[in-house]
Amino acid sequence: MSMDNRPLSPHLQVYRLPFTALTSISHRISGVLLSGGALILVYWVVAAAAGRQSHATASAILGSLPVQVLLFVWTFVLFYHLCNGIRHLFWDAGYGFDLETAQRSGQAVIGGAAALTLVAWLIALV
Amino acid sequence: MAQFILPPNSRVTDGEHHAAPGGAANTRVFKVYRWEPDSGQNPRLDSYEIDLDSCGPMVLDALVKIKNEIDPTLTFRRSCREGICGSCAMNIDGRNTLACTQAIDEIDGDVRIYPLPSMRVVKDLVPDMTHFYAQYASIRPWIRTQTPAPPDRERLQSPEDREALDGLYECILCACCQTSCPSYWWNPDRYLGPAVLLQAYRWVADSRDEDTGGRLDDLDDAFKLYRCHTIMNCASACPKGLNPAKAIAELKRLMVARQ
Repeated sequence: MSMDNRPLSPHLQVYRLPFTALTSISHRISGVLLSGGALILVYWVVAAAAGRQSHATASAILGSLPVQVLLFVWTFVLFYHLCNGIRHLFWDAGYGFDLETAQRSGQAVIGGAAALTLVAWLIALV
Repeated sequence: MAQFILPPNSRVTDGEHHAAPGGAANTRVFKVYRWEPDSGQNPRLDSYEIDLDSCGPMVLDALVKIKNEIDPTLTFRRSCREGICGSCAMNIDGRNTLACTQAIDEIDGDVRIYPLPSMRVVKDLVPDMTHFYAQYASIRPWIRTQTPAPPDRERLQSPEDREALDGLYECILCACCQTSCPSYWWNPDRYLGPAVLLQAYRWVADSRDEDTGGRLDDLDDAFKLYRCHTIMNCASACPKGLNPAKAIAELKRLMVARQ
């Protein structure tokens, strides 16, 4: 009997990922999105450095409603990555491995990121 | 490199349906992964309608019933039927656990049963455990000493030192945690995985062992230990309620502490 034709059993296709796994993959995805968002930041800074005219254009683009919505999402992504990073620091120090604690700290990260996002936008808009 | 999609020969196709005998009132559908090595075909998902009124309470009872009454070729490992041998580890309702301790009535809807994830399948629900056992052997899981043993008695341990092994010694090496870990799915050849790392820590934590430095040297590797990203699937899956993620964190801490 050949052993080469043995199938690989399903993994991602069938596994019902627990909440802690979802916060974990979200951490990675948010990191990738932040790298993309950093490009927007670079565009704004470069436009400002290039002169009054280009800065006005950039401000108009970034100030438009669709981009503002995008920036709002990006702010949440930033705070999610920040809060979850702090959660990882606690884990690295050896705390919070209890399943129930890990569940609660994940919920706290999402709640905290949402709250920080709202606060940041309130400060920005007022 | 992570392979998110199953290779062509591993994709699961629709299988046969076996209806319950007439008159059965309390039925449940079990969808079971089947693969016949000599068939030359892809794995398939067969469904069996089971009369729960004539079936034991656990998922293993249903598998035994299918094997006894419907299809004797259905192949799976089982032995103790009380959660101590670890043989019947499989993926049930999307989570790894032991079929013998998983109650049917704790699962909503159809009961989907697959082999342990991301493993080479020998037949049906039987995965090839060779690589897992080789990884376990690689940490040399036995007491290693430099001092001679006392001539008149065993190497003794205080009750406190013995307590340090609680939550570690109970591991039955069923591989539920090992094969629940996405990091292990993507790097099975180089990452030791949660079960093997918990065992590695079990010997580091043992007051009688005298090779902690050597054990940590062996683990000091970007892949063997540090592919753990605290996803915590291991702790969620463990049918014995152990926490491999915590054991791995302790190993990482010891690595830093000794620098």
